[in-house]
Amino acid sequence: MGRVRHTVLGLGVAVALAMLAYLVIDVEASWSYALDLRSRQLAALVVVGAAIGASSLVFQTIAGSRILTPGVMGFDALYVFIQTVIVFTLGPTALQLMGIPERFLLNTGLLALFGLILFRWLFRAHSRNLFVLVLVGIVIGALFSSLATLASRMLSPDDYLTLQTVLFASFNTVNLQLLLVTAAVTSVGLVALVPMLRSLDVVDLGRDAALGLGLDYHRAVTRALLLVTLLVATATALVGPMLFLGLLVANLTRQVVPTHRHTILVPAAAAVGVICTVGGQLIVTHVFALNTTLSVIVNLVGGLYFLLLLLKAVRL
Amino acid sequence: MPPGAAGRTTTWLIAGCVVLAVAAYLSLAIGVIPIPVHEMFSPDERQWLLLRTTRLPRMIAILLSGAALAVAGLIMQRITQNSFVSPSTSGTVEAAVLGVLIATLALPGLSLLAKMGFAIVVSIAGTAGFLTILQHIRYSDPIVVALVGIMYGGVLSAITVFIAYQRDLLQLLEIWTTGSFSAVLAGQYEPLYLVLAVGIIGYLFADRFTVVGMGKEFATGLGVSYDVILRVGLIVVSVMAAVVVVVVGVIPFLGLIVPNVVSMFFGDHVRRTLPITALAGAGFVLVCDVVGRIIRFPYEIPVATIAGVIGAVVFIWLILRASRRPGATR
Repeated sequence: MGRVRHTVLGLGVAVALAMLAYLVIDVEASWSYALDLRSRQLAALVVVGAAIGASSLVFQTIAGSRILTPGVMGFDALYVFIQTVIVFTLGPTALQLMGIPERFLLNTGLLALFGLILFRWLFRAHSRNLFVLVLVGIVIGALFSSLATLASRMLSPDDYLTLQTVLFASFNTVNLQLLLVTAAVTSVGLVALVPMLRSLDVVDLGRDAALGLGLDYHRAVTRALLLVTLLVATATALVGPMLFLGLLVANLTRQVVPTHRHTILVPAAAAVGVICTVGGQLIVTHVFALNTTLSVIVNLVGGLYFLLLLLKAVRL
Repeated sequence: MPPGAAGRTTTWLIAGCVVLAVAAYLSLAIGVIPIPVHEMFSPDERQWLLLRTTRLPRMIAILLSGAALAVAGLIMQRITQNSFVSPSTSGTVEAAVLGVLIATLALPGLSLLAKMGFAIVVSIAGTAGFLTILQHIRYSDPIVVALVGIMYGGVLSAITVFIAYQRDLLQLLEIWTTGSFSAVLAGQYEPLYLVLAVGIIGYLFADRFTVVGMGKEFATGLGVSYDVILRVGLIVVSVMAAVVVVVVGVIPFLGLIVPNVVSMFFGDHVRRTLPITALAGAGFVLVCDVVGRIIRFPYEIPVATIAGVIGAVVFIWLILRASRRPGATR
């Protein structure tokens, strides 16, 4: 137990250091301007890191596998697809006339709904074979991105431009109002996870064992999945797709924090998520001089890591 | 073969040829200037100019690339004895794209042919890398292998995107790699004929590819030189995939689904199914291209998008089918 406590303490210190470094490194011009801009970016990074980290870890537990995370299962492509469909059906003016909270609600609501349907279908239909599940998830992701391209080709160039600006919000230009809404929803989602953490320890044992121990497995999984979907949807709506971030963070957490108790694992995953996003963005800004983006790096490192995980699983 | 199967096979073959012929006519006929059936065989000067410079080259390019990708997939599936291996699920295509990017950045003045050569070399290296990984996997479950192949290709693409982003080439990269025939013109697509030559080599070696797929000892026992044939297969596949990528772009899932669907109807005899696979691949791309030209007329939707939607749906169906079969994990 002592080791776990030290690790958790270390993670807390690392989060604080990363956040501090993000705010103060290389400030050249006016401090008030830099702090204002940077604290806004920092807040977005923290929200996304915590949401993706916690939700991916919970998703792994529900799925009973280390290589399954929402991003891998086609969630990001679903996001792009839904955005395109919204622009396509409602038209860009309707979207622009909508206030930011309403647009956010529409986005997140649809994403959460379809995500839940997708995950439930995947889990129910193919619970036997993990690899089938992942492969179908990946191909569904490819299908959604082709459908999104198809729909975007049907748009007029003006509508397409609107879609682009909606889709690729980035950490560098965070809308304050959107940030506030996202932060609020993420906090609610994270807090709502807390009472479930103990039952997740039981879910981790597998369906049969959990049922044997008297847990209402179906209900526990559905509720956890609902929150996971909400958290991922929110984070994605704020900064756009980050395919392998969840995979990296969740597995890193399980390696660093040697416990199976979700009351420790899930907060730790949120912390690791924040370290990854803030630290990653620091590297992108100061090492690569903004010559690349966080999502490009995450895709490269995460893809490689996923391949290694897969090969390790397959060689057994 | 059960009784009556030969008759059914012939029916399917005839039906397929009819679809191909109709699609070929549509491919030549539709556009901002339509050409009606009765004028197709005696076009006036203006129509002939149109046919000669754009419509015929386009149709030939479609037929060649569709056939090439499908045959490349078939050969890969024979060599690896694995039904879910194909140029787009083994890093072949992604390596070719990386090759084009490197050639463009390092040697900007290169001709199309030289770039193509470079793409072929990188694509051979990429595919060889995948085959090496395959030898280290104990599973030969098609689903696992496809998963590993897709992720391997994903890593290669991530490297490509990383480089392209730094040089501000991301948008250009997307335009290059989205498979589309809208820019095919006479005088520019001709390198595609290379796949015809390579395809003939592939046909001549077809049976030996099957033998190599049985394993090194088995092949050597039958007097087939394992390493040589493996390399021939590797080169044939990589040349086909890379040439199509350079001239046309990426057409996802084609090399995977077409050979699988063909083998459902016509069995696994490579020598017999190779020509049918080529025809089916050509027909599939032709139909996708015609559909892409019709649904948003007079604008065009790239063939890669249409093929991506249809291909993904068929692939998911194939995966579910394979996973339900008893003893899917060999």
